[in-house]
Amino acid sequence: MKKVFGRPKSLTTEKTIYCPGCGHGIAHRLIAEVIDELKIREKTIGIAPVGCAVLAYDYWNFDVTEAAHGRPPAVATGIKRVHPDKIVFTYQGDGDIAAIGTAEIVHAANRGENITVIFINNAVYGMTKGQMAPTTILNQKTTTTRKGRNSQSDGYPIKVCELLSSLEGTTYLERVALDSVPHILKSKQAIKKSFRNQLEKKGFSLVELLSPCPINWGLSPQESLRWIKEKMTLTFPLGVVKDKT
Amino acid sequence: MIKKVLISGNEAVGEAAIRAGCRYYFGYPITPQNQLTEYMSWRMREVGGTFIQSESELAAINMVFGASLAGARAMTSSSSPGISLKQEGISYLAGCELPAVIINMNRAGPGLGNITPSQSDYFQATRGGGHGDYRTIAFGPSSIQELFDLTYLAFDLADKYRNPALILGDAILAQVMEPVKLKKIKKRLPKKPWALTGCKGRKPNFIRSLYLTPGVLETHNWKLAAKYKKIEEREIRYETYYGADSNFFLVAYGSCARIAMGAVMEGRKEGMKLGLFRPISLWPFPYKALEKLAEKGKKFLVVEMNLGQMFDDVKIAIGNKAKISFYGRPGGGVPTPKEILKEVKKR
Ligand SMILES: Cc1ncc(C[n+]2csc(CCOP(=O)(O)OP(=O)(O)O)c2C)c(N)n1
Ligand code: SF4
Ligand SMILES: [Mg+2]
Repeated sequence: MKKVFGRPKSLTTEKTIYCPGCGHGIAHRLIAEVIDELKIREKTIGIAPVGCAVLAYDYWNFDVTEAAHGRPPAVATGIKRVHPDKIVFTYQGDGDIAAIGTAEIVHAANRGENITVIFINNAVYGMTKGQMAPTTILNQKTTTTRKGRNSQSDGYPIKVCELLSSLEGTTYLERVALDSVPHILKSKQAIKKSFRNQLEKKGFSLVELLSPCPINWGLSPQESLRWIKEKMTLTFPLGVVKDKT
Repeated sequence: MIKKVLISGNEAVGEAAIRAGCRYYFGYPITPQNQLTEYMSWRMREVGGTFIQSESELAAINMVFGASLAGARAMTSSSSPGISLKQEGISYLAGCELPAVIINMNRAGPGLGNITPSQSDYFQATRGGGHGDYRTIAFGPSSIQELFDLTYLAFDLADKYRNPALILGDAILAQVMEPVKLKKIKKRLPKKPWALTGCKGRKPNFIRSLYLTPGVLETHNWKLAAKYKKIEEREIRYETYYGADSNFFLVAYGSCARIAMGAVMEGRKEGMKLGLFRPISLWPFPYKALEKLAEKGKKFLVVEMNLGQMFDDVKIAIGNKAKISFYGRPGGGVPTPKEILKEVKKR
């Protein structure tokens, strides 16, 4: 009998502790499938962030470390300089990449480090229970913006791909979403491309995934998917922001 | 024959790192250690190593973290305000049990302070420095030769114990030039089966400092404690000058010990029975050696370029066994041998 579907070798059998409807589990699996398909499991080093995905090393079946909040791009730089032929990727949330770690991502991108960055944009601080993130959209209610994010007092949502696109060191920047099956398949293609770029030594690649966090959005899993499509993508339009390959 | 070369403290540290097999240096400019960063910028490339002028000290220490977990010998250097920023990373290195060498050419604080020599970071260097219950090996060399030798050694000890090691210098040591006998370039470095290199032919490796399960972190911390105890048993270094016939001892480390030695020589010329106790390892601190030296009737004067930080350790070591007092100059003040001798005569 031919096996048509199974667990990727790059995933362990550990059950994830994510909330129902969370996007992290989907993103983990897509990365694992891509790593299997590119046959790079035995030469990949992943960096888990401080955030809901901090336990990613329990779920991935390859070498993984965990960096201080916001510092994965600097840690990736150190690893990649030691092992230029290994595949190094960071997995970061919006607070990690666009607040506390803004300097690290900008400069790793600007140096054109040949790494892959998977950026999970869920518009909140998931792990600390739903405070405003740098990517919280205007009028979105969070535990620190009870009446909704107000640009006057809270500033504007940061568009990471667009921000990085002006840097000459960046090669490939694409925004995708985990809100529907076609979009999930599209996300996988983008992730695959970002890893392939690294294999081909093409330079810095980042894939931003708009990802549901139902528990902190105060929505059901289904409503969350709709919210991504109807609200989030207005601020964060999907598509390739930059592709030099 | 290994010849001597005339080099500054900053250059000596850089060359010691290269010869100890360090091929990864990450740094951010700050006086008085800029010559070291500059030296590494060309010297690393000459030996096929990696030099990155990072965007901040936070980034530099995290690049060290990455290079170290990948199995390489890595170093960063800075001075006081920059070392404060590195503390987050040093804590993570300690928690993850990763080797690294960190150089602090101590300048005067608090805040921006100024760039004059100081020993104001002693507490930070010897008490962990960042958050959490941990220790870093800390050496306080007092000559350029010792700066070279201890930097070279620090890489071996960091690897041996899988722990960060720190060199505490200052603006004097950073910039003074002295003849230094160099050591050979290390060819064979220790194997690191725990490093992240891709899991080919083995189970995946994980490096982390997070232990969510109740009790597991406590167990991890006890394991660290056992390691620190081992370091305390094996890695204490100090020197005693005129230990046999002195009834008055100065206690000083680093450049301050050089100045104190000047006072000892002057005092001896005047017929005083003056000696010097010089801790070389600041953590682990030579408590027992100092305690042994202390007897009724003897006096100890701790001399530091700060408000009295090592003074606490001397008090722990000696307790009530002898009379202890302190003389210090904070904020970049550098005492002279004459000044110290005057203090000795007062007590
Ligand atoms: C230095 C530091 N500051 C704050 C925290 C607390 N903290 C943990 S996770 C987190 C936010 C994570 O949000 P994000 O990066 O968006 O990841 P998510 O949980 O949403 O996936 C914060 C502020 C920390 N661990 N370390
Ligand atoms: S809080 Fe949000 S991001 Fe975190 S696990 Fe739950 S749904 Fe996922
Ligand atoms: Mg988030």
